[in-house]
Amino acid sequence: MSAEVRPIKTAAEQALAEAFAARKGALARDPLAAQREAAFRRFAAEGLPHRRVEDWKYTDLRALMREAKPLAGPPDTAGIARAKNAGGLLRVVDARRIVLVDGVFVPELSDLAALEPGLTVGSMAEALAGADAEVVGRVGTVAPTDDVAAALNTAFMGDGVVLNVADGVTLARPIHLVFAYTATVAAAVFARSLVVIGKRARATLIESHEGPDDLDYQVNNALELSVGDDAKVDHVKIGTEGSRALHISTLMAALGARAELNDLSFTTGGSVVRNQLHLRYAGEGAAATIAGASLIKGRQHVDTTMVVDHAVRGGSSRELFKSVLDGESHAVFQGKIIVRPGAQQTDARMMTRALLLSEAAEADNKPELEIFADDVQCGHGATAGALDQDLLFYLKARGIPAHEAEALLIQAFVGEALETIERDDLRAALADAAAAWLITRG
Amino acid sequence: MPMLEIKDLSVEVDGRKILDGLNLAVNAGEVHAIMGPNGSGKSTLAYVLAGKADYAVTDGQVLFDGEDMLAMEPDERAAKGLFLAFQYPLEIPGVATMTFLRTALNAQRRKRGEAELSTPEFMKKVREAAGKLDIDQEMLRRGVNVGFSGGEKKRNEILQMALLEPRLAVLDETDSGLDIDALRVVADGVNRLRSPQRSMVVITHYQRLLNYIVPDVVHVLSKGRIVKTGGKELALELEARGYAQFQEEAA
Repeated sequence: MSAEVRPIKTAAEQALAEAFAARKGALARDPLAAQREAAFRRFAAEGLPHRRVEDWKYTDLRALMREAKPLAGPPDTAGIARAKNAGGLLRVVDARRIVLVDGVFVPELSDLAALEPGLTVGSMAEALAGADAEVVGRVGTVAPTDDVAAALNTAFMGDGVVLNVADGVTLARPIHLVFAYTATVAAAVFARSLVVIGKRARATLIESHEGPDDLDYQVNNALELSVGDDAKVDHVKIGTEGSRALHISTLMAALGARAELNDLSFTTGGSVVRNQLHLRYAGEGAAATIAGASLIKGRQHVDTTMVVDHAVRGGSSRELFKSVLDGESHAVFQGKIIVRPGAQQTDARMMTRALLLSEAAEADNKPELEIFADDVQCGHGATAGALDQDLLFYLKARGIPAHEAEALLIQAFVGEALETIERDDLRAALADAAAAWLITRG
Repeated sequence: MPMLEIKDLSVEVDGRKILDGLNLAVNAGEVHAIMGPNGSGKSTLAYVLAGKADYAVTDGQVLFDGEDMLAMEPDERAAKGLFLAFQYPLEIPGVATMTFLRTALNAQRRKRGEAELSTPEFMKKVREAAGKLDIDQEMLRRGVNVGFSGGEKKRNEILQMALLEPRLAVLDETDSGLDIDALRVVADGVNRLRSPQRSMVVITHYQRLLNYIVPDVVHVLSKGRIVKTGGKELALELEARGYAQFQEEAA
């Protein structure tokens, strides 16, 4: 290692260095060995991001991640059995379930029967072991980011899903990637998936993440999503991790010409959650709607950090994020919109709203616009406030008890974000999940 | 026993006395009009009856069927049969009118120990009531009062009243902002709800509304107290001569 490398300081950083060193032998023939090595060097140079790192200003990972858990081993039979009913939040949605247990693709729990022509589903670990040139050539290239958490994922990624939808294919059923943590000890999971949607193809991709409440397990998940020219993708990520879990996920997406992406993340679970999005406009005239709804309480911390990179002309992006905060919870939104010099006629709007149900809750909001083109429309707005007392009175005056009146208003608040979901069943499932959260709120 | 009995009610808002020893008794089946100039305390009276926060009752009592109404939460008052038609109905984006109506009706029924209405029963009831008020189905699917005109909002208030079937309705300036056609629709809606078991307190600045909703008793409110009580002809007298004479009497 070179001299400018910053000395490893914290126990977690030390443990990660040891884990990487220990894995080196096993990765000797890994086709991504050099990429992993480079990614780890970046981490080693910077360490875990902390509050003086601008992109992690409100989520001091160095302080929040006291230790690095050992890498999760492959799930055993009992662990796989425990994942059988995972993803149950979406049981009303007729989706093709692809199940990953502790980050490992489990074909026997997955619905791989009668795949539509043009759809292929496989394991990332197998693709790498077989040196699948297509996969090896794509990983890390869809929407590159120099984020350190993403680098850690590259360094440590084990398994994940490789999914392809061929040009012109419309998938009738959504794909549901079910990520379940079922190990009985706290460990770390680094899954990496690659989804390639061909030109003019259409697909709905759902991810759900869950695990037990009694373990402080760690998830660092990454998904690369390539959307071809004129393709349309709906992507919904549901975060219902266990209450002590640390969950970091990075979505790296690229949009081809005239492609459409409709993305929503819904978060109620996890102790510390960081949802990262790096969206690159690769072809002209693409459009994205990026929405988020979080309902959190206690001491939960949920950070949404996104970079929307309008690199070419004529792209549009709409962001709408809603957070409901109770207890001493903390929501963070950092949204950066970049409009590069050639990206004329970009139309970008970003809105974040936080509803504070308690005095001790906190919402931080940091929008950034970096505009290098002159013929563009960009805007952002943010609000934070409590429930409207006059509206509550109106509802109560109609006989609706206070708690129910609050619930109606909170559901309406979140509903605006959920309305961006096109499928009725999926939208209803998340509305139900929001209603269930309101009941547990107490 | 009167259905509603207000005794020596004094109320302050932000330390300022708005109601000052107000007395009023309304029997079952009666319609009382309360008329008064701006600032006489009309809307304060409406809000205090419905239980809005920020109104400090410094003296007096409000009895509903002999029970201390001021000790009840707004939703309890509603479940007991009180209804306030708001002067400025609020917009609730994201809450469909249908959901709102159903939630309110079933909450009241639960509180009274009655069974909730089934979806078909509820739909039938809403359709009937909405039809009579010229409220179309599309409006019912929209967020509560969102994008409604002033007249539509007032009709929506009367629709709620028709569905909730209160025993005591307080109408706060229901005529404000209505043209004559809208006023007629709203007044007809109110008149259909008149019954020997139901009382109404109609608060208004102008006599015009009382041509359509003809009261049994008219009160003049000035400086926070009732200064004159009479029959429906008192409203006409006010229309002709204005409030000035009563403001002097109260002073």
